Amino acid sequence: MTLAPERTLTEPTTSTTTTSTTTTSTEATGTDVAKPNVNSRLRPESDPTREFKPKRSGKPNPMAHLTPEQVEEIGRELDALRQEVMDSRGERDAAYIRKVIKTQRYLEMGSRATLLFSGVKVKGVKPFWWIGTAGLSIAKILENMEIGHNVMHGQWDWMRDPKIHSQAWEWDNVSPASQWKHSHNELHHTFTNVLGRDNDLGYGIIRVDEDQRWTLFCLGQPIWHVANAAMFEYSIAAYDLELGGYLAKRKRMTEEEKAEFRAQASEVLGKIKQQATKDYLVHPVLAAPFGGTKSTLTANIVANLARNIWTNTVIICGHFPEGIETFEKTSIEGETRGEWYLRQMLGSGNISGSKFMHIMTGNLSHQIEHHLYPDMPSNRYAEISPRIRDLMERYELKYVTGSLPKQVFSVYKKVVQLSLPNKVEGRRRRDTVKLAAARALRKKSLGGRPR
Amino acid sequence: MTISPARPHAVRRRPSSSVAAPVAGSLRSSLWRVAEILATPLVPSDYLDLFNPLREGADLRGRILAVTPETPDAATITIQPGRGWRGHIPGQYIRVGVDIDGVRHWRAYSVTSPPHTPDGTIEITVKAIPDGKVSNHLVRRTEPGTLVMLDQATGDFTIPAAPPARTLFITAGSGITPVIGMLRSRTDLPDVAHVHCAPTAADVICAEELRGFGDQGRTAYLQRHDDEHGMLDLADLDTLVPDWRDRQTWVCGPTGLLDAAEAFWAAHGIADRLTVERFRPTVIEPGEGGRITFLSTDRSVSSDGGTPILDAGEDAGVLMPSGCRMGICMGCVVTMRQGAVRDLRTGEVTTAEPGDDLPIQTCINAVAGECDLEL
Ligand SMILES: Cc1cc2nc3c(=O)[nH]c(=O)nc-3n(C[C@H](O)[C@H](O)[C@H](O)COP(=O)(O)OP(=O)(O)OC[C@H]3O[C@@H](n4cnc5c(N)ncnc54)[C@H](O)[C@@H]3O)c2cc1C
Ligand code: FES
Repeated sequence: MTLAPERTLTEPTTSTTTTSTTTTSTEATGTDVAKPNVNSRLRPESDPTREFKPKRSGKPNPMAHLTPEQVEEIGRELDALRQEVMDSRGERDAAYIRKVIKTQRYLEMGSRATLLFSGVKVKGVKPFWWIGTAGLSIAKILENMEIGHNVMHGQWDWMRDPKIHSQAWEWDNVSPASQWKHSHNELHHTFTNVLGRDNDLGYGIIRVDEDQRWTLFCLGQPIWHVANAAMFEYSIAAYDLELGGYLAKRKRMTEEEKAEFRAQASEVLGKIKQQATKDYLVHPVLAAPFGGTKSTLTANIVANLARNIWTNTVIICGHFPEGIETFEKTSIEGETRGEWYLRQMLGSGNISGSKFMHIMTGNLSHQIEHHLYPDMPSNRYAEISPRIRDLMERYELKYVTGSLPKQVFSVYKKVVQLSLPNKVEGRRRRDTVKLAAARALRKKSLGGRPR
Repeated sequence: MTISPARPHAVRRRPSSSVAAPVAGSLRSSLWRVAEILATPLVPSDYLDLFNPLREGADLRGRILAVTPETPDAATITIQPGRGWRGHIPGQYIRVGVDIDGVRHWRAYSVTSPPHTPDGTIEITVKAIPDGKVSNHLVRRTEPGTLVMLDQATGDFTIPAAPPARTLFITAGSGITPVIGMLRSRTDLPDVAHVHCAPTAADVICAEELRGFGDQGRTAYLQRHDDEHGMLDLADLDTLVPDWRDRQTWVCGPTGLLDAAEAFWAAHGIADRLTVERFRPTVIEPGEGGRITFLSTDRSVSSDGGTPILDAGEDAGVLMPSGCRMGICMGCVVTMRQGAVRDLRTGEVTTAEPGDDLPIQTCINAVAGECDLEL
């Protein structure tokens, strides 16, 4: 719970009273001056006084060619498109999400039942292990991506079904829904690709942008990256819990902050325990009468691993591939609605592919559309994507998209390249590394992690 | 995993152990425990609902078995309630949650069937009102087989177990529904007078049955049509039912009739003999700006129609949950018990009547009239 981090404090337009219902002074004021209090991102009107704040690397402003009027126009067009789609939500959409949920549940039950016989060998192979493991992996991926992620974004809240609601949903992931919603929905989606504000840029352990500070820690980032992918659900939980920050700052934290951390940590541990009991204890034990304990255990391990690697693979393609922009921290102060939309479009990238692929990515393959409208039902992203692309092309904005292998390769290349410091005129990179190492030896520490 | 305490879904229920031996009981509960572990992070119900949404222990639902037209505007809906249905007293109503265009809407309907039917079904009779979302859907577009959500029966518009010596029913339009429920089951009422009004003869719901009760001598039945007799004037009761003052009276109909009846009975000093049922207990008229009440912190603030509730609450010193402040993170969602709010981005108005308990985003909604929040 944050208290007004984004409020621009001006004269309050409300009055606390306990006796009468008299309305307030704003009635007298005109229409245009109203809403001084409201978050600037709710305002479509452009603000010609705002200036571009360059990043350290001095990279050019990707929106430089747009006039304030054009930015406002983009904002209005995107608002209108949002309204059009939201107004047309109905039976068909409700049926879609219910069908996905139903399919996922049957698939999970079927796969788990199949795995009870996973120990049975037919001609040297264990067919039920293979079928069950594949099914369970897909079920877990669907549950996390197309269902969990999207329901927790509030994409289906409009149905007023208390079971399929952002406030009620809990997912098969060790990060508790409440903590994930805070770090993902609130921080990442509001501050997308803003250096120093959006910790999703490399999750605090990987340097994915030239403008992020290089430290010695980055040298190992190809390894950190692979380890992160394999343990993705645990690293997400640690990340949502802000474990790193706690370890670094705990000496300076108040008792209250520490108590809050401990409460959240125990929630995470509770979820780890629940998942482990289900996947690694009860399910394997149930397979014992059919001699499938060990194979059911390995099946669950593989399914969780496959889910981790797949989700990581999809998610890194959302913001890290070549061509996607990042933004300076101060550049978003007073940002208007149009500018926020622009930042979402320029700060995200899509993955092209088949319908099945899109569903398996939870439609995060339509990352640009998702970032423009995080609360729009995911089945609608494909439908609006040609129109978003057209809008971006009309305004000469780069719509970043590519096949999964292409985007993944682009990210891995970056992870390797950025493990080394940036090139600086007149100094070899080798020397920068040596210098940092010498300094670290002196301080007897490995230095911080990239910020 | 619930948002509205009124309709919890993920309640971890133990199976009702009708099993005699305690050993079997504890085996069942251990099995249930295993099921719970396997279902996590969901609950076993979420899986069991796939197979039998009407089973014992499930959230209360009903399956619509038939829609039978009564008049051009009204139909009787026959519902097979889930196993958890606890029955009703004639005159009570149920809340029905119907999905229309993908959105769930809850409305109250009086149960018109007697408490015990051979097949365990219940009936409600719905009159489609102009522009009525749910009533039109139920009367005109509902297919048998549809599942609806239900709440247990409730309401005080009932006749005591010991029947009054003399009874008077005054009903108008769809207001006949709770009374027909009473007439169908309370054969023990010794002396019943019934005045029923409708716009025209064709609009009378269950006309034949009502006249039948009269013919059988169970009621002294008077039917009045506005087009022939004009709107019912309560002063005419002296001629229609001369001993009306001595009767325990139940009245159900439009708000105007109910208000008039309350005033009339009070004026005669016999308000205790009157019970009314209101189909529109609260009327929420959206406006511009208004009063926001924070129920748990017991604060109230008046705000204009351009200020997000989030900001208004913070200005009043309420600790409001928040996040992005621009409508995308759902970090500010709180439950609106009743009232109306307007989306500042789109102008769309959301209203909640008591019992609806709607979650709303405070950062992009402004109060529209008034609203009560669970905060
Ligand atoms: C205790 C109780 C028992 C009820 N029993 C029955 C019953 O047995 N049969 C039955 O048909 N209805 C009954 N109702 C009314 C029912 O709950 C709905 O209000 C009604 O069906 C209209 O809903 P709607 O969605 O069609 O209209 P809405 O779409 O909600 O409203 C459409 C328009 O009609 C107005 N309106 C809403 N409700 C009413 C109303 N009741 N009378 C007149 N105007 C209204 C609204 O202000 C709006 O302008 C009962 C209500 C209560 C509170
Ligand atoms: S604060 Fe994020 S949706 Fe309201």
